[in-house]
Amino acid sequence: MVAEIGQFVLILALITAIFQGVFPLIGAAQNSQPMMRFASNAALVQFLAVTAAFICLTVGYVTSDFSILNVANNSHSLKPMLYKISGVWGNHEGSLLLWSLILALFGLAVAVFGRNLPDTLKARVLSIQGLVGVGFLMFILFTSNPFERLDPAPLDGSGLNPLLQDPGLAFHPPFLYLGYVGLSVTFSFAIAALIEGKVDPAWARWVRPWTLAAWGFLTVGIALGSWWAYYELGWGGWWFWDPVENASFMPWLAATALLHSAIVVEKRDALKNWTILLAIIAFSLSLLGTFLVRSGVLNSVHAFASDPARGVFILIFLIVVIGGSLLLYGIRAPQMKGGGLFAPISREGALVLNNLLLSTATATILLGTLYPIFLDAFTGAKVSVGPPYFEATFLPLAIPLVIAMAFGPFLAWKRGDLAGVISRLKFGLFLSLLLVGFIWWQQTDAPVMAFVGMGLFAWLLIGSLLEWSDRIKLFRGPLSSSWRRMKQVPRSAHGMTVAHIGVALVVLGITASETWQTEHLGVMRPGEIVSVGGYDFRFDGAETIAGPNYEAVRGTFLASTGSNKGDYLYPEQRRYTTPPMETTEAAIRPMLSADLYVVIGEEDGTGGYAVRIYHKPFISWIWIGSFVMFFGGALSLSDRRLRLGAPRRTRQQKAVATDLSGVKG
Amino acid sequence: MRFRFLTPVLAFAGIAVVMWYALFNLNPTEIPTELINKPAPEFALEPVPGYGPGLAQSDLATGKVVLLNVFASWCVACMAEHPFFMKLKAQDTVDIYGLNYKDTPDAAAQWLARHGNPYKRTGVDLKGRVGIDFGVYGVPETFVISPDGKILDKIIGPVSEDMFDARIRPLLNGAGS
Repeated sequence: MVAEIGQFVLILALITAIFQGVFPLIGAAQNSQPMMRFASNAALVQFLAVTAAFICLTVGYVTSDFSILNVANNSHSLKPMLYKISGVWGNHEGSLLLWSLILALFGLAVAVFGRNLPDTLKARVLSIQGLVGVGFLMFILFTSNPFERLDPAPLDGSGLNPLLQDPGLAFHPPFLYLGYVGLSVTFSFAIAALIEGKVDPAWARWVRPWTLAAWGFLTVGIALGSWWAYYELGWGGWWFWDPVENASFMPWLAATALLHSAIVVEKRDALKNWTILLAIIAFSLSLLGTFLVRSGVLNSVHAFASDPARGVFILIFLIVVIGGSLLLYGIRAPQMKGGGLFAPISREGALVLNNLLLSTATATILLGTLYPIFLDAFTGAKVSVGPPYFEATFLPLAIPLVIAMAFGPFLAWKRGDLAGVISRLKFGLFLSLLLVGFIWWQQTDAPVMAFVGMGLFAWLLIGSLLEWSDRIKLFRGPLSSSWRRMKQVPRSAHGMTVAHIGVALVVLGITASETWQTEHLGVMRPGEIVSVGGYDFRFDGAETIAGPNYEAVRGTFLASTGSNKGDYLYPEQRRYTTPPMETTEAAIRPMLSADLYVVIGEEDGTGGYAVRIYHKPFISWIWIGSFVMFFGGALSLSDRRLRLGAPRRTRQQKAVATDLSGVKG
Repeated sequence: MRFRFLTPVLAFAGIAVVMWYALFNLNPTEIPTELINKPAPEFALEPVPGYGPGLAQSDLATGKVVLLNVFASWCVACMAEHPFFMKLKAQDTVDIYGLNYKDTPDAAAQWLARHGNPYKRTGVDLKGRVGIDFGVYGVPETFVISPDGKILDKIIGPVSEDMFDARIRPLLNGAGS
């Protein structure tokens, strides 16, 4: 019964989405108020319908209703409740349903929070949201129905991949999708602006909070994903340059670029065409990422079951959405007035540099991800593009980006004073070189990248702090006046400082953990002690324990330094029964200075166990930095200017039509 | 000048055409036909430190059907097929040779130490040169090698028990009879 209700409301959602996509668009063209207002109501109905469908599928999972094919394939009655629920989106059909749910949620959010938007813009934005929803709901209903029945129903389900039974992964997709789909709002705003033929600073202000929110969620989603890889895959790596990871990283890079170029639109009324293009590209990359792994075009590790009917649908959908919006861009963009010329040494000049580097980085990753397909199509040769390519192309772009990140905020709009900036940053340069020198003194044979990375970390951290203290005139007057200034500085400025510091912390984490990791690898017997990274690890033996749906060998280790008592670590080697699979549960003691990471393997037959112990300095800072970045975004999002003081442009509404006809490329 | 705004859509059109072609005409699990029933490409590689005497083309012609598995410590899917390979080794079903692809020798050694070593011999293909000769598209890939060292088939992606029964076991039996 519950599956039939789910199916029914999903069809209802599709019909609503079609109406939401068509009527407001006509209404905006004819300036018909009722048709435009319909958009908000439709967004609400669509959200309720998709939510109902999602609840139906969740009920199917929670009650282990194995007469639903999707549940039977991906769940099991013995699975812990958390993973029964996360199992809802741990498969192709369910994840698409989650995507549609979040899309409808964002549509509703635009309807609710967009009260101060001009009627036509709001109607058009919601209508584009609706049309994207049509594509997704059709894809679900026609090729990937999560409510398909199975007759006869099996006694038990075939289980979820044990690697995916993990709290980190349970929450990774929702955040990632919040990010992907959040970019759909920016995309809808961009398309609406192209239809209206008008982009102005007010538009940039309306788009900014959505971009920030999407960017923040993407940051968290990617961080959770890499954290999961770090502790679940059991060899301490956290980034693989897998196509699926690239698929989430590319929209993040594009969204970061968009975030910065939108500032130029807002402050200087320039870079408009480019910003629109970035908004389209960012969402296109999200779509490409979602679909590429499901289409069968790319043979990926993470790939969901692919089926040719889906591939065709996906490709047509991508061509309509991406091709259609880029074509619209090609036709309408020339009619939009560009801004004035930029001085290269200025805030906007720095932001253009940021955009150039970020979009080049996006392009190289896209190239690396698609290259195997292209080469195969043209020459028949099959190649693999692995981490070596991405490291070789991404790092040369990331390094100047980080260098410029410290400079940019110091520069004034229109005409910056490079000499003045350098004189204010010389303290930062001095401290960075001091740190590099110190490392050299400690370890002359450290790899070059260690010096570069640590130097960049110090440079960006100190540069950001200097800029912040400059802004509030710290130490240049009484502290009380600095405090007053600090409260007056807009939160978005504080947010920028925090986010940039977050990047510095990520650089620290990556550099230190890649360079100074130490490890021990070998067979250990109970009572044996090894020393790794200044810690003594004592192996106290292993026992077999039973979990809810697995059996595990659990080792006990005591890690201690001479000075304190130490911590117990319990790594596990789990053997799941449905489906039969082994997973490694590393025991990790995260600390600010380093992570202790212990993995236990098979018994060697004589009482010894294969053991792997890592000491990874500062690796936690990769994720701390990511969350600091997210916090910076949230701080900026809470800036009241974004919510209240957005300039009205109701009076300009009538001018739109004349604008379009009057302006020539 | 106004046509420059059409560049993005033209670029995307190019991508779309290739993807369309790829979807219908390319099969990512297909072996390049010129390699089937040809001798394995010539190569000689150092072993993963501590795991066997190295791997060369001549080692593959063993008088029985063997598997050549391309693996890497950075490869997530390799972990999926690894328990099955351990099982094949335990049952002595077929000999498996490991081609360690674009990896660091240390990382590979640690990977094998932790997960177990299903391979009879291993070879380190540091730069992926041998992989290119074999037409390696992604990791993992598994080649079925005939008793006289010819490539019989290639499986892209992790080898599952079903796939083994469907595609590899008949070749093993065929050679035995």
